[in-house]
Amino acid sequence: MNKLNKRYLTIIIPILSVLLGFLVGAIIMLISGKDPINAYLWLFKGAFKGMLSGNLARLGDMILASTPLILTGLSVAFAFRTGLFNIGVTGQMLFGGFVAVLIGATVDLPRLILVPLAVLAAMLMGAVWGIIPGLLKAKYRIHEVVVTIMMNYTALWLVQYFSKLIIPGHFDTESQPIKESASLRTEWMTDVFDGSSVNMGIFLALIAVLVVWFILEKTAFGFELKAVGFNPEASKYAGMKVNRNIILSMMIAGGLAGLAGAAYYIGYTDHIPLGRLPSYGPDGIAVALLGLNAPVGVLFSSLLFGLMSVGKGLMSIRAKVPEELVQIIIGIIIYFAAANLLIRNWIVKLINRRKVKVNSND
Amino acid sequence: MIDFITNVFQDALYYTAPLLITALGGLFSERSGVVNIGLEGLMVIGNFVAALFIVLTYDSMGYSAIWLGLLLGTLAGGIFSLLHAYASITLKANQVISGTAIIMLASAISVYVARAVIGTQNVQIKIGVTRGVVPVLSQIPIIGPLLFTKAYLTTFIILLLLLILWFLLYKTPFGLRLRACGEHPHAADSMGINVIKMRYIGVIMSGLLAGLGGATVLVTYSGQASGSVNGLGFLALAALIFGKWHPWKVLFASFFFGFMKTAGTIARLSSLNIPQEIFQAFPYIMTLVALVLFSKNATGPKAAGEPYDPGKR
Repeated sequence: MNKLNKRYLTIIIPILSVLLGFLVGAIIMLISGKDPINAYLWLFKGAFKGMLSGNLARLGDMILASTPLILTGLSVAFAFRTGLFNIGVTGQMLFGGFVAVLIGATVDLPRLILVPLAVLAAMLMGAVWGIIPGLLKAKYRIHEVVVTIMMNYTALWLVQYFSKLIIPGHFDTESQPIKESASLRTEWMTDVFDGSSVNMGIFLALIAVLVVWFILEKTAFGFELKAVGFNPEASKYAGMKVNRNIILSMMIAGGLAGLAGAAYYIGYTDHIPLGRLPSYGPDGIAVALLGLNAPVGVLFSSLLFGLMSVGKGLMSIRAKVPEELVQIIIGIIIYFAAANLLIRNWIVKLINRRKVKVNSND
Repeated sequence: MIDFITNVFQDALYYTAPLLITALGGLFSERSGVVNIGLEGLMVIGNFVAALFIVLTYDSMGYSAIWLGLLLGTLAGGIFSLLHAYASITLKANQVISGTAIIMLASAISVYVARAVIGTQNVQIKIGVTRGVVPVLSQIPIIGPLLFTKAYLTTFIILLLLLILWFLLYKTPFGLRLRACGEHPHAADSMGINVIKMRYIGVIMSGLLAGLGGATVLVTYSGQASGSVNGLGFLALAALIFGKWHPWKVLFASFFFGFMKTAGTIARLSSLNIPQEIFQAFPYIMTLVALVLFSKNATGPKAAGEPYDPGKR
C-alpha cells in the first residue's frame, strides 16, 4: 500500500467508527423494538430545532455542550502525542473547577479581575494534579494510567471534603454557588443565542485549540514532545530530555483539563455537584481518539458529540428511545477506535480484492 | 466494645467480598498479560443482569431467583468481557482504551435496557441474600461472633473461591502456564503454550469474577442496580495493585480497603468528628504511596499491557 492510501486510511477509520457506532446503535434499537430511523431523525431535529426560523438557542446549547469536551479532548490528545494516556482528565477537571468555584464564591473583586483569576487558578490546579503522574512516571517509571485512576478518586473525595469545609452549599450534594460576578456567562451571549447558557468558555476553548496546535506543529518543544511519543529511546539518543518532556506534557494536559473545569463549573453549573466525577473525562478520550489527537479534529468531534447531547432530549421524548443510546454510540466509537486494526484489515482486504479484479481484467 | 468491634468487622466483610472477588478477576487478566481497567464496567453488567433477572422472576420463582441471578450476573460479566478480550488480544488494540469503552458501554447499556424494560433507571430488588447464623461455627469463642453470625453466604462462597483460584494459579500446570503468558509470552509460546488461548481464559475469568462481584454488591448491601457501582471496580484495581498481584496479599488489601469504607461510614454516623471523605480517599492515596515504595523492585506481570506479537522478540 502506498503512502497516499495510508493517509486516507487514517481519515477513513474515524469516519467509519462513527458510522459503525450509529449502526450498532440502530441494531440495539431494533432489538429493543424501537424505530432507529425515527430516533435518529429526532436526534438531529432535536439538535437543530428552531434554527431555520432564527432561534439560536439550540445552537448555543450545542456550543455549550461542546465547550468542556473540546478542552478535555485537547488534554487527552496532547498527552497522547507524547505517548501518555491521561485518563486523569476527570480528576484534574474536577479539582481545577473546584478551585475556580472556591475563588468565585469567596473572593470579592471586580468581574474583570475575578473571572481571569478563577480561570487561571483552575488551570494551575489542573496542572498540579497532572504533574504528579508525570513526575511518578518520569522518576519511578510508574504507569500514568494507574496513577491517574487513583488520583481521580482522590480528587473526588478531597474536593467533597474541602467543599463541605470551606464552601458548604444549601444541600449536602453541592457546594456553595459562585457569585454572579465570577460567572463566565455574559448577557450579550445569552441574548444572541436566545436564552442559552452558552458562555465565554467557548472562547477559552477556541484559544486553547489554537495554542495547542501552535505548540504541537510550530515549535521545537512540540516536535520534541511528539518525538518522545513516537520513540522515547531514539529521542533520548538524539539528546532530548525525555523525562522533562513527560512531566511538561502531563502538566500542560492537566492545565487544559483544569480549564475544562473552569468552563464547566463557573460557566455552566455555578457550583460543584458533590459525590460524583464529571463524565467529560471518558468523553474526552472518545473525542481525542475520534479527532485523531489533532486539535482541529478534536474541535469537530466535540461539536458532533455536542450535537448528539443536545438532540437526545427530543429523541427520548418523541421517539421514546432512552437518552443513554447516545452514550452507547460513544462507547462503541471508542471501542472501534481502539480496535482500528479490525477496520484497517477490512479496508485493506477490500482494496486488495479490487486490485486483483482489476489485474484479472487486464 | 466487643459488640462494636464485631459490627465493624462484619460490615468490613460486606465490602471486602465483592472487592476481593473483582480484584481476583483483575489478577487473572493481568497475570495472563492483559490489563483490564474495565473491571468497573464488568461489575456493572453483573450487577444489572442479576437485578433484572431477580426483579422479573422473583414473584414466580421465589428465593431461588436470587441465586440464579447471581449465577447469571457472573455469566453476563464473562460474556461481556469477550468484547475486551477480542479487542485487546485478537485485534491487538490498546488495552486501556478498550477498557474505557467497556466501562462506558456497560453503564450505558444497563441503563438503556433498564429504561426500555422496566421504565426506570433504578432496578430495585425486594429482597437479597439473608444473613444467618452458622450453626456450629458461631460458637467458637472469638472467630465465631466475628465471622459466623450475621454472615452472608456469598462471603463464604467468595472466600472458598479465593482458595480454589489460588490453588489453580499456583499449584497447577494451568496456573503456571497462565502466569508465564503474562511474564514472558514468547518463552511460553516456545514451550508450546497457546498464548492467545490463555489470555482469552484470563480475560473471561476476570469478567466472570467481576460479574460475580457486581452481583454480590446487589444481593448483599445495595439492593439496587442503577448503571454504576460507584467506583468499586477501580477500588478493586487499587486492591490488586496494593496486593502486589498476589491472591493472599490481595485478600489483605481488599479487607483493609473494606475496613476503610466501613470506618468512613461509622465516622459519619458517630460523634467522632473525623470526616468520612478522609477514609474514602485513604485507599487511593495508600495505593499511590505503595506504588512509589514498590517501584524499586519489579511489580506486576512484566508483559501486561502489551499485545502478543509472535514475530516480535
